[in-house]
Amino acid sequence: FYLTPSQVNSILKANEYSFKVPEFDGKNVSSVLGFDSNQLPANAPIEDRRSAATCLQTRGMLLGVFDGHAGCACAQAVSERLFYYIAVSLLPHETLLEIENAVESGRALLPILQWHKHPNDYFSKEASKLYFNSLRTYWQELIDLNSGETTDVREALINAFKRLDNDISLEAQVGDPNSFLNYLVLRVAFSGATACVAHVDGVDLHIANTGDSRAMLGVQEEDGSWSAVNLSYDHNAQNEHEVERVKMEHPKSEEKNLVKQDRLLGLLMPFRAFGDVKFKWSIELQKRVVESGPDQLNDNEYTKFIPPNYHTPPYLTAEPEVIHHKLRPQDKFLVLATDGLWETMHRQDVARIVGEYLTGVHHQQPIAVGGYKVTLGQMHGLLTERRARISSVFEDQNAATHLIRHAVG
Amino acid sequence: AASMFLRLLSDIQWRAAHPKWRRMTSSQRSTSTTAEPHPVSLPAQAQVVICGGGIMGTSVAYHLSKMGWKDIVLLEQGRLAAGTTRFCAGIVSTARPVSIELKMAHYSNKLYQQLEQETGVQTGYMKTGSISLAQTQDRLISLKRIASSLNVMGIPCEVISPKKVLQLHPLINIHDLVGAMYVPEDALVSSANVCLALATAASRNGVQIHERTCVSHVTIQKGQVTGVETDRGRIQCEYFVNCAGQWAYELGHSGEEPVHIPLHACEHFYLLTHPLKEPLSSSLPTVVDPDGRIYIRNWQGGILSGGFEKNPKPLFTEGRNQLEIQNLQEDWDHFGPLLGALLRRMPGLEALQIMQLVNCPESFTPDMRCIMGESPTARGYFVLAGMNSAGISYGGGAGKYLAEWIVNGYPSENVWPLDLKRFGTLQSSRTFLRHRVMEVMPLMCDLKVPRWDFQTGRQLRTSPLYDRLDAQGARWMEKHGFERVKYFVPPGNDLLDLDHSKTFYKPDWFDIVGSEVKCCKEAVCVIDMSSFTKFEISSTGDQALESLQYLFSNDLDVPVGHVVHTGMLNEKGGYENDCSIARLSKRSFFMISPTDQQVHCWAWLKNHLPDDSNLVMEDVTWKYTALNLIGPRAVDVLSELSYAPMTAEHFPSLFCKEMSVGYANGIRVMSITHTGEPGFVLYIPIEYALHVYNEVMNMGQKYGIRNAGYYALRSLRIEKFFAFWGQDLDAFTTPMECGREFQVKLDKGMQFLGQEALWEQKQNGVYKRFTMFILEDHDTDMDLWPWWGEPIFRNGRYVGKTTSSAYSYTLERHVCLGFVHHFDEKTGEELVVTTDFINQGEYEIDIAGQRFQAKAKLYPFSSLFTQRRRKDEVELSGYQRE
Repeated sequence: FYLTPSQVNSILKANEYSFKVPEFDGKNVSSVLGFDSNQLPANAPIEDRRSAATCLQTRGMLLGVFDGHAGCACAQAVSERLFYYIAVSLLPHETLLEIENAVESGRALLPILQWHKHPNDYFSKEASKLYFNSLRTYWQELIDLNSGETTDVREALINAFKRLDNDISLEAQVGDPNSFLNYLVLRVAFSGATACVAHVDGVDLHIANTGDSRAMLGVQEEDGSWSAVNLSYDHNAQNEHEVERVKMEHPKSEEKNLVKQDRLLGLLMPFRAFGDVKFKWSIELQKRVVESGPDQLNDNEYTKFIPPNYHTPPYLTAEPEVIHHKLRPQDKFLVLATDGLWETMHRQDVARIVGEYLTGVHHQQPIAVGGYKVTLGQMHGLLTERRARISSVFEDQNAATHLIRHAVG
Repeated sequence: AASMFLRLLSDIQWRAAHPKWRRMTSSQRSTSTTAEPHPVSLPAQAQVVICGGGIMGTSVAYHLSKMGWKDIVLLEQGRLAAGTTRFCAGIVSTARPVSIELKMAHYSNKLYQQLEQETGVQTGYMKTGSISLAQTQDRLISLKRIASSLNVMGIPCEVISPKKVLQLHPLINIHDLVGAMYVPEDALVSSANVCLALATAASRNGVQIHERTCVSHVTIQKGQVTGVETDRGRIQCEYFVNCAGQWAYELGHSGEEPVHIPLHACEHFYLLTHPLKEPLSSSLPTVVDPDGRIYIRNWQGGILSGGFEKNPKPLFTEGRNQLEIQNLQEDWDHFGPLLGALLRRMPGLEALQIMQLVNCPESFTPDMRCIMGESPTARGYFVLAGMNSAGISYGGGAGKYLAEWIVNGYPSENVWPLDLKRFGTLQSSRTFLRHRVMEVMPLMCDLKVPRWDFQTGRQLRTSPLYDRLDAQGARWMEKHGFERVKYFVPPGNDLLDLDHSKTFYKPDWFDIVGSEVKCCKEAVCVIDMSSFTKFEISSTGDQALESLQYLFSNDLDVPVGHVVHTGMLNEKGGYENDCSIARLSKRSFFMISPTDQQVHCWAWLKNHLPDDSNLVMEDVTWKYTALNLIGPRAVDVLSELSYAPMTAEHFPSLFCKEMSVGYANGIRVMSITHTGEPGFVLYIPIEYALHVYNEVMNMGQKYGIRNAGYYALRSLRIEKFFAFWGQDLDAFTTPMECGREFQVKLDKGMQFLGQEALWEQKQNGVYKRFTMFILEDHDTDMDLWPWWGEPIFRNGRYVGKTTSSAYSYTLERHVCLGFVHHFDEKTGEELVVTTDFINQGEYEIDIAGQRFQAKAKLYPFSSLFTQRRRKDEVELSGYQRE
């Protein structure tokens, strides 16, 4: 069963999104020129999510990919909420006060983020009030804790990740009188998501990673060739430090059961994740919540199932590993992708394909007639063909689409 | 291969040159191309130095020498005809929408035709004719408009059917055509050879030509050209002519005192092919397909085809090495769409072999018209450049007009549309030029409908009220860089589609402007008129009055507080400017002129006012925001805001007084409106602008005040028969010819500029007369609208052209203004135009080939009469319907 090229194209392009930071005649004040994003579902509904936004009250831009498992609820929630937590963590005390006062007196709120969303990317309307209240509690605490110190991006990222995971967990324990919301918060907590987030502000690039998605920097060497620099470490069984960390956090007696078949407790591929309360809560808490929860939850075998050898929770954390990188002129692009891409392609190939895509559009060999005998018709045919190649390299206007096309072959 | 070919081409051309010419310059033309000694040293001085050996420079030299000037040196940095001229496609086309351009092209054609005979240099002149194709009805309308103006100039021209196109040119695919225009006398030339022929003739007349001589800069002292510095030494001169083509901008900027010549180069491509199997006839007409953006001419049995792409490539923005022009690359990918258009138009050419794609930079100007004339800041510094890729068509005529300008002080035609002084420093920014030419080059082929406007380089000069007006629905147009309101889109109506305005028929703002006009007639409207040029002239003694009395035709020795409408005339009595002057005190005057007069008027006054430190002139355009309050209730609004009586007995018409408006003091209030309606213009120091505007709008609410734009103003002034300088009036029009004798005080007790010419006209009569035409059988909804430049016919014979037109909401008719001449039926000689001649004729106006009956009037309707007439017409039209 084959798809025609145009069907392939429409599938590949269904979710593509491009954003260009506005510029004026080649002069651009931002270090981010723009981004291309896309996703190709492996299963339906797709469990991966992506987000991009510009911080409005502080400088910088946030970009992230989120890989969900055991359902898409957690990835969806994290993609909606995490950037708000990060932005709030970065805000100076005065701005937090201003925002709180505005909420208190019912005035219009300063916008915190400007989202760059694909039409298919959605936000859950029902939960927004709940999410907002949790976020507000967070900034109220930040106001109370006012340390007077300037905000460090690394710390802000770590705090935001941990706080959001904490809120997800808490919301599920408390529940919600609205049955739809109650079910939602439980699904969010019982499913899981990894996150790989980039914060770019001028030449400062911070990557906060939780799980096995990856951030990779495309570097153009002096000879014009492309190489890749990893800006995150995968949190999985292939990462020795990560295995070591998990083992350190639990008694020696559990050591042999902690990582089985390259999975955490023989079950989970990523060693860090949002949600996944089955690897975080005590057995009692899990049982209590499931039993008092709605029937749908009770009927689900997965949620009732307790991981084997489950003695000293939590086994899982959402705390990210943060890498700071000072951008150099040769750093041309950043690729954020979930394991789906990295499983099929080597990072070196990714660097080359994206690099050649970005420059190749501009540098096609010019045609010269020279002394050859060429007719108008032949030239017209040649040019039409070249135009088709340029405008699409199979019609890709989007570097992410182009990359996926290579990944799926 | 490219350079090989060009060298070949140039050798052929050199060999073709006349023996006499060759003898004279033989030492400079030996086979080696570099590092030759210069055998003839440069003269130490000359009357005129021309920089640039292209078609423009040689044409100026040719015409100057023909007019008897001999002491002329022409300098060329490379070789003659080596720049854009060499690469030029060589098409001489007279189909030009602007009348002065049409005249230049027509003259060029006639000149080139006899040039070979005159000089002995083969010019390759071939009368092939040209066909302009129309793929759409709108395009056909624009071609018909051009055809009308060609025909009345006596240039044969025909609007033809697609079938006829096929008869004229068998290769054309006519399936998508709706019609075409055929101009049988258009021609082809070898442009480089035309250039050499002109140079040959000029040198025979005594012009010295020096190649490989580079002008580094021009020296200017006390506003007067004194000499030229070159890489081979200095030449003292009285006149300098900058014909440096795309380098003219840089050359203008190279001296200590910059001369701003706003033009910018773009790459321009055309294709050359080998001959067809059956070589194309050299008499086959040139084809212009503007909808396909291409032109196609026969070339040595094959074709030459180029075009104006949508995505032009500007170059040399930073000002590059001038030799780079040699190394420009062919860019086939860029040319692709044009090649596609070519093969669609002539599918039979598929198998034709390519010879070369030529990349030939052309220079473009901010308004698509060429640049000629004298610098406003340096006397004796003349410019002729920026041909917008029509250099060969304009070359002859442009050179002639510029030579006349230098010799006589003015050219023989009105060249204001091309005058360098229509630009100022504000059009000289590199960024502005780069952005604007990227818009201009595609526009060469785009359809130009009435009231089209540039989109780039906007929002440069704005009134302090810009944002306020914009928020209220203002739609903008631009004049001399200044944003002006066309009209206000009422709230709830804001989905107005811009594309609908692009029409030769009734525009979609018709009712919007109608309601603004109605408000001006019945209540009161505010129009922001800040763009008008404003000068203050004052002196310690009577110098200001005395010199202004000499420069202006009306009597300015009026009591303080009076406003005088007056022309600023040249020696021939023609309008150099038309303005309103208020006498602020015994010794100071406030002068208001049209927006685009800022540079021209300043230069004129500078040149004519005595050099006296006690006489001070200041450009205060930027200091004042002008609000025009038009309408019967303006008086009420203003008196409430100022607690001062504003009625006619306290504040008569044509009066000026400083008073307070709201909290703001020192507002200059004048009882003029530029429309003939009652009202006032407020000249407000800019920091008070917002306050006064707010006060006026608040107070005006109960009188039904609203914002209005220039379209309403235009309709009002045209129905009142008010002429505007730059549209209706020019340097070749005198007050006597437009019914403004009352603004001329021949007996004011002292001499003034133009007085003699006006005396003569008063005694002997005028040869043209400004006339108002009311279209009689024109259906506003269904018929094409008049614009300007429409031919006027009297008793079936051509007598002149319209200069402006508008729909009069009061008369419910279209009104055209224009000039009527009296050509002798047999000889064509111009005769005196009398009132009887005007009144005793049956008139028709030709709009794109269709004639409409018109009633001629020499005086405007009085407002009372207007109202009575309107009633009559309502009754009459009711009668007709039965």
